[in-house]
Amino acid sequence: MSIAIIDSGGANIASLRFALQRLGAESGLTRDPQVLGTASHVLLPGVGAAADAMVRLREAGLDAVIPRLTQPLLGICLGMQLLFADSAEGDVACLGIIDDRVKPLTGGAGLSIPHMGWNQVRRNGDCPLLAGLDDAEYFYFVHSYAADPGPATSATSEHGVAFSAVVGRDNFYGTQFHPERSGAAGATVLRNFLELS
Amino acid sequence: MQFRDHRVMGDIVPLAARYRDEGADELVFYDITASPDGRTVSRDWVGRVAEVLDIPFCVAGGIRSVADAEAVLGAGAEKVSINTPALEDPELVDRLARRFGAQCVVVGVDSQGGAEGFFVASHTGDPRRTRYGLRGTLDWIREVQDRGAGEIVLNCMNHDGVRTGYDLEHLSAVRAVCRVPLIASGGAGAPEHFIDVFRQSRVDGALAASVFHSGSIRIGDLKARLLEAGVAVRP
Repeated sequence: MSIAIIDSGGANIASLRFALQRLGAESGLTRDPQVLGTASHVLLPGVGAAADAMVRLREAGLDAVIPRLTQPLLGICLGMQLLFADSAEGDVACLGIIDDRVKPLTGGAGLSIPHMGWNQVRRNGDCPLLAGLDDAEYFYFVHSYAADPGPATSATSEHGVAFSAVVGRDNFYGTQFHPERSGAAGATVLRNFLELS
Repeated sequence: MQFRDHRVMGDIVPLAARYRDEGADELVFYDITASPDGRTVSRDWVGRVAEVLDIPFCVAGGIRSVADAEAVLGAGAEKVSINTPALEDPELVDRLARRFGAQCVVVGVDSQGGAEGFFVASHTGDPRRTRYGLRGTLDWIREVQDRGAGEIVLNCMNHDGVRTGYDLEHLSAVRAVCRVPLIASGGAGAPEHFIDVFRQSRVDGALAASVFHSGSIRIGDLKARLLEAGVAVRP
């Protein structure tokens, strides 16, 4: 198994690498299309703003490379949002793998933005990443933007309104939550991902 | 909802693991002497904690620059919390939020209530150097949100260490102007205090130290009580 983590410019990649290590999996950070092409699994993490991350991916030519990858890929948090067609955060075109857009969370009465903390996730049909977990399991979220539930949504969560918590299309998967910060449930999601082929 | 804990640093990795196993939702590591001494929190332990923790954690103490924050976040912390350095250089909040995103930037506020309202204190790690009445608390909360703070930890100094409950009036006043997550700190002594602060002051999280450290409140028992009381928490 060779796991590549795409360097999208976020400062805190260490927690993801440690989470994979706890599962016995080593990983490397890269922006090299060749390394990505030969990896067995690819992770696209990301914190910060969508526009900055897309600039960084484009600089390395990865905006063209990533959509053509055929091995399992998991986008985490902003990394999941980058799988979409575009994001209202900086009004930027993203990778276009999932034909929908990412919008700001509006909050509402008594709801803080960013949505930051543990929240429940509910399946919306078949969801291999959540295999072996109870429905309504808690995961750790940190985000101000989100995608409405759509055809690619396999699990949802709620912060005022329902939003996509897990998405999947072909070999591309994404979680709005941080599995590497989500305790035992998060470790199960990462293990499930590594078992995909 | 989350609980947070802070204590004097001892053998920190086993302690972090213990709180993780007891069900803490997030940990905050304070080096409260860092700011008054003019030094930055030593960071070799951040990576060791990150290796074992599978829950978010925040590092506070003496973070004065983007480079300081980068080292801590790069070692595996989820967030940095700034307090005195933000008061000395409010633009630090903007710079950190631009570089890392608002969700990484916690502003800690030590606040005292009195007849004339709520006021911020700085350098609270060292009683001899603590300065009071620098800013009105509500104005400061508004300003740091505008600058990009993604979370506020409000430590109510009048209640700190007394274990008679969180300062609900103070927290409710801040809640009214705070649109980002608000974490209550100072005063927890019994499970009812947590129920009260979530229900009455509508905080997003409650931080406590001594009650968890001493074992007088077990996190698992507390969460069961909160669930019984209808407060949504991760079991």
